[in-house]
Amino acid sequence: MAEVKLFGSWGSPFSRRIEVALKLKGVEYEFIEEDIYNKKSPLLLKYNPVHKKVPVLLHNGKPICESLVILEYIDETWEGPSILPKDPYERAMARFWVKFLDEKCFPAMWQACWSIGEEQEKAKEEATEFLKILEGTLSGKKFFGGDSIGMVDIAANFIAYWFMLPQELVGFEVLTKEKFPKLNEWMNEYLNCSIIKENPPLKDKLTAVFRARFQAVSARVLLKRDRRVRVFDDVVHVEDVVEVGEKTKNDTVLTGVEVDRESETNSNAIQRGGA
Amino acid sequence: MASEDVKILGGWPSPYVMRPRIALNIKSVNYEFLQEQFGSKSDLLLKSNPVYKKIPVMIHGEKPICESLIIVQYIDEVWDSGHSILPSDPYDRAVAKFWATYIDDKWFPGLRAISRAEGEDAKKEAAEEVIAGLVLLEDAFIKCSKGKSFFGGEKIGYLDIALGCFLASLTVTEKMGNIKLLDENKTPNLFKWAEKFSSDAAVKDVMPETGKLMDFAKVLIAKSKAS
Repeated sequence: MAEVKLFGSWGSPFSRRIEVALKLKGVEYEFIEEDIYNKKSPLLLKYNPVHKKVPVLLHNGKPICESLVILEYIDETWEGPSILPKDPYERAMARFWVKFLDEKCFPAMWQACWSIGEEQEKAKEEATEFLKILEGTLSGKKFFGGDSIGMVDIAANFIAYWFMLPQELVGFEVLTKEKFPKLNEWMNEYLNCSIIKENPPLKDKLTAVFRARFQAVSARVLLKRDRRVRVFDDVVHVEDVVEVGEKTKNDTVLTGVEVDRESETNSNAIQRGGA
Repeated sequence: MASEDVKILGGWPSPYVMRPRIALNIKSVNYEFLQEQFGSKSDLLLKSNPVYKKIPVMIHGEKPICESLIIVQYIDEVWDSGHSILPSDPYDRAVAKFWATYIDDKWFPGLRAISRAEGEDAKKEAAEEVIAGLVLLEDAFIKCSKGKSFFGGEKIGYLDIALGCFLASLTVTEKMGNIKLLDENKTPNLFKWAEKFSSDAAVKDVMPETGKLMDFAKVLIAKSKAS
């Protein structure tokens, strides 16, 4: 029985992070491919009952969930090249950037690829702002981790494939060489470093998935957008109502109504403005 | 011996600001507490945390460290006085970090959602989600504490700090919403833990008193209605 198992998905950047880390440390593992869109295995649901997501690392029968938690666990458990720096301040900075990548960059960049209309424009602006911040951290460095790849480089993996490929397909230009020379250079270095070169994600398979997705998204049409504000007790609700449709041969058919609601108490609104 | 030129930028009502303060208390590290003026952000804050512009920020010497749980880990790694905040075993550390992430990403947003819920049914639904989360955390407590008083064992640890900082907000939400969230019958271990955590030497002086926090919330509501 393998000591180390990884429940993952070939298409998931979070799952790929763990594979990179395990290979970096030279750890032998069994990869269990999960069909995350259709049917998750009973074992995955058993080992990650809270989130029911990949990746899950199983080490000596004990499950570890959440990709960033797993990365730190791998670094602490196995010898080999360090994933996190040794210095406490450098570690705090690495953790900060990794959180920034996952909480801000990734969602904005994903939306920039796959939303439509005004939402997409807003996401592109946001993504550009976040990428500018990232570009700034690369001053004088080959990798985010310095001379060799570290946790931030591993976490930033989604940029190289999961953002650049859709960017090409969809045909917008957010991450260009002109606007982000350092990030572009980083991507080249990252894709060319031995650990990534020897274990690339399946580019053709990813491209096919993104192409199919793009075709589905581009058939979507924004029909109507409405904003309404309601006040109930002390709570202010702002609702954005978006009606989307799909272009068919002869017509555009209403396929969905999305309501995006932001509610807050007047007191929270003030607190938000403060800190 | 690490330099003790430590500042915390924050505000007394913020649960996130409590976290590094508890950690510094555990390590017996003196610090200067610089309270941000409510409704504005100081130049020092904007300079130290340009990305998020949020509290807490710890400034150690000249170096700013941001994000409350990252600061707690930094404190644990720099000072070995007091006791260790993170567990010593890598697997236990991973479990603590997993639950801390869950608390920040899912549980606390759920608690905030109660006050935003429109109508009694929505409030009840939001409350049930929070209670369901507490049931999960009760189970985590049993596994992590291994029969002792805290998630961290004999002494307060990372996960105690991650969850405990929200106890005052939890109580205020219960009182203002007239609902019970932390139930002695549903989550007996957490119920007992809450009392022990709140009265711990490292916690009691930095945890806002419920009455004071509730008054603070009421003043804000009154101010907003007047304007």
